[in-house]
Amino acid sequence: MWEKVKSFASEFFVTGDPLIYGADVSIGLTLIAVVVGMTYFKKWNWLWREWLTTVDHKKIGIMYILSAFLMLFRGGVDALLMRTQLVMPEMSFLAPDHYNQIFTTHGVIMILFMAMPFMFGLFNVMVPLQIGARDVAFPFLNSLSFWLFFAGAMLFNLSFVIGGSPDAGWLAYPPYSELMYNPGVGQDFYIWGIQISGIGSLMTGINFIVTILKMRAPGMKLMRMPMFPWSVLSSCIAIIFSFPILTATLALLFLDRYAGAHFFTLDGGGNPMMYINLIWMWGHPEVYIIVLPAFGIFSEIVSTFSKKKLFGYKSMVYAMMIISVLSFLVWAHHFFTMGSGADVNAFFALTTMLIAIPTGVKVFNWLFTMFRGKITFETPMLWTIGFIPCFVTGGLTGVLLSVAPADFQFHNSYFLIAHFHHVIIGGVVFGYFAGLYYWWPKLFGFKLNERIGKWAFWFWNIGFYLCFMPQYVLGLMGMTRRVVSYSWDKGWWEMNLVSTIGAALMGIAFLFQVWQIAHGVKHSAANRDTTGDPWNGRTLEWSIPSPAPYYNFAVLPQVSSQDEWWEEKQRMEQGGAKAQSQLYTGELEPIHMPKNSAIPILMSACCFVAGFGFVFHWLWFVIAGISGLAICMLKHSFNHDTDYYIPVEEIRSSEASTGRWKN
Amino acid sequence: MKVTKAIKRMAIVLAPVMLFLAAGCTDNMAVLDPKGPIAAQQRDLMLISTILCCIVVVPVLLLTAFIVWRYRDKEGRKAAYTPRWEHSFKLEAIWWGIPIIIITILAVITVRSTYALEPSKPLESAQKPLTVQVTSLNWKWLFQYPEQGIATVNELKIPKDVPIRFEITADSPMNSFWIPQLGGQMYAMSGMAMTLYLQADEAGEYWGSGANFTGTHFSSMYFDVESTTQADFEQWVKEVQDKSPALTSEGYKQLVLPSTEQKMTFSSFPKGLFEKTVTQYASASGHHHNMPLMEQEQEQENSTEQKQASHSGHSAEGHQ
Repeated sequence: MWEKVKSFASEFFVTGDPLIYGADVSIGLTLIAVVVGMTYFKKWNWLWREWLTTVDHKKIGIMYILSAFLMLFRGGVDALLMRTQLVMPEMSFLAPDHYNQIFTTHGVIMILFMAMPFMFGLFNVMVPLQIGARDVAFPFLNSLSFWLFFAGAMLFNLSFVIGGSPDAGWLAYPPYSELMYNPGVGQDFYIWGIQISGIGSLMTGINFIVTILKMRAPGMKLMRMPMFPWSVLSSCIAIIFSFPILTATLALLFLDRYAGAHFFTLDGGGNPMMYINLIWMWGHPEVYIIVLPAFGIFSEIVSTFSKKKLFGYKSMVYAMMIISVLSFLVWAHHFFTMGSGADVNAFFALTTMLIAIPTGVKVFNWLFTMFRGKITFETPMLWTIGFIPCFVTGGLTGVLLSVAPADFQFHNSYFLIAHFHHVIIGGVVFGYFAGLYYWWPKLFGFKLNERIGKWAFWFWNIGFYLCFMPQYVLGLMGMTRRVVSYSWDKGWWEMNLVSTIGAALMGIAFLFQVWQIAHGVKHSAANRDTTGDPWNGRTLEWSIPSPAPYYNFAVLPQVSSQDEWWEEKQRMEQGGAKAQSQLYTGELEPIHMPKNSAIPILMSACCFVAGFGFVFHWLWFVIAGISGLAICMLKHSFNHDTDYYIPVEEIRSSEASTGRWKN
Repeated sequence: MKVTKAIKRMAIVLAPVMLFLAAGCTDNMAVLDPKGPIAAQQRDLMLISTILCCIVVVPVLLLTAFIVWRYRDKEGRKAAYTPRWEHSFKLEAIWWGIPIIIITILAVITVRSTYALEPSKPLESAQKPLTVQVTSLNWKWLFQYPEQGIATVNELKIPKDVPIRFEITADSPMNSFWIPQLGGQMYAMSGMAMTLYLQADEAGEYWGSGANFTGTHFSSMYFDVESTTQADFEQWVKEVQDKSPALTSEGYKQLVLPSTEQKMTFSSFPKGLFEKTVTQYASASGHHHNMPLMEQEQEQENSTEQKQASHSGHSAEGHQ
């Protein structure tokens, strides 16, 4: 009996590496500390009522962003471990198998469990406020999306301590990801972690398309929308077309592994090339999905901090829509070296280059928004200005990669690694940071310390260039991605050393950001934003108090132009004391609101259980999970108590506390 | 003012790094130091496309610095401020136009070179191409010279100035066969043979690698490449034929097992080994669940023997 337990445990739990034991202990201690703390301060009830069961888009957004920061930490530690292993030739800091797991989890976590939730968090906190809506179109679904993401992310991260992490790279190319070469459970954690969160992503895509198309404030025609909701729309269109491909592809891989199907195997008529095509049909739109909202954020910020209207609004909209469509026509540039022939390669090289045109136009429009503006350099604007040269040079190397015959030399090398980190960090991560700093006062009601923020900015930027510029050189020296070590005679060590130093600087930059947030929370009372408009903003979110009340708008705004809040301020200034608001007119009325629900978190817990069961082939877990899921769905279908009205008195007293609607 | 200071600070930090990078650029940049016609053309293509992109990128970078500097908000600045200026057809036409022109030029170059440098296209040469059959195994490379009847592991010898026709497959997860100084890579995939023509213009020692991840010891898949004169090559072939052991079916079975290996040479290999490796999954009956190659051999013998007779005329001359 004891022997049986022992052998089970040694299979079930990840063993061997002291690093892993260290991590186990720290995870355990953190969990205990959280549980003890919550119990001591009697916060469980508050947590459940205010956060876990909430359907408020702002709180869901905050939970997304918090999760994204945790995942940024995990993915960042992975990155630092890798850079440590590569700092010198012939290092044996990490064993090859461990290294393979780390680069796999680094990629998956950074794209799917860091960038995606960070992006969804920003969608959630700002889209309804910017279009003058009181919530998203489907608040229950929104909560479910978040919890499905969270369940998927936790399931994926669980593989670190239980069963073993996946090690087939972030896109898990077969045949290496098939049972034949990869019999462990790691790959199954990969499949189910992404499947569960992917369904959440798809639903978020639908939710925000409907929200943007149907819930805009009166008078806000599409062409009067701020640029961020436009970018969200273009991104969500890409989501709803591409995520089903991911779900189907991983379902087929699951059938291969679980049921002995032969979709992507070598034998039985399977073909791994099919998988590689399918996964990139999702994978390439995916990178545009995450970068388009960053474009939207930069557009908002560059206009606010130049105190000038966004230049070329229509061009910006067309450019984003063109990018969204073109992103579906370029996938094969990820494998020019597969021997598809010159016809196919030429086609995909051309479509790839085409994307450079609308992207270039956007850069010019940002520049000419600043041209003849009055630029100030608060942290959101710093990130935006840091982004432009970074993205332009990263885009340049992207065009180089698209030249198919030259790509035969770039492919799979560190040149490629440098390129996509260049555009993803320089574009996506800088963009989301800019957005977070920009909207932080609106979210939490206080401003962050600018000084610490600037330190973080400079550490990130210098660290970034030190880390990735040498990697271009390494690529040209022939260093291929995913190698765990290299010999002295290759002459790669200087560049690798510099690169690792850069990575460490980015690690320090992250610590500055954590410090900045902790500092902000500690001194929040002193830095409270009482105006609701700390940056002299231009769009509707700055017309309401900070933090936004749970119903967002006491009355719905009446929109008559782009940059409506800025126009309103102009009108008020010119009208003097007698000026009447054209934005907020009419009387307070009871507000229709959705009720909190525990079902999304319970459903996601059931998905987690079922996913875990699939990973370990424990049928009883699968049955329990799926039954729970069915019960939750039935319960929700027959639940008619889903909404309520906020009485006028409550709205009036809440508004009065911020000096509005006093009479 | 703070920003100018910050920019200066950044310049001070970055300048030595750039110098350092530039210094590093001069030696061992394999991709920029081509030793064959394919790699040379690919290098030229990289340079041309970089220059074309720089026509847009450099002015944009300068313009960014200029605009950020000139239109920063400060007391008593003289630069114009036009808060409502948001559209100019002329300007927007210019920056839709310029990228379109540059990309069009680049597109023409790319399409032409894509056809010109299609990897399966034979190289123009007075010399008859030498065929080398490449198999990616976990975690080593097997090279078979069907015309010479010899095989090597992790060591590739080729005569200079002779086009080499690589036929590439895998008996392992997908890999990628890459010799940076001779030219771009090609995926090595089970169940199919990819063709890649390369050529070395001078005698010398290069290296190649498995560029696509294949598991635990994937990082050990570097191999040495040596190009020699035709006479030296023939001399070497003869030595291998005379002195090295034969690669048997049993030996190949061992070689397929996951391991890392030093260099090896073999005076012969089983007839049609490469073709069998390629076609092992194409069996009509279909359902050999992960059955290793050699166990299927008996079954396939009849069908594949006929195929080889018509498929590879050169294997006969190889064994003379």
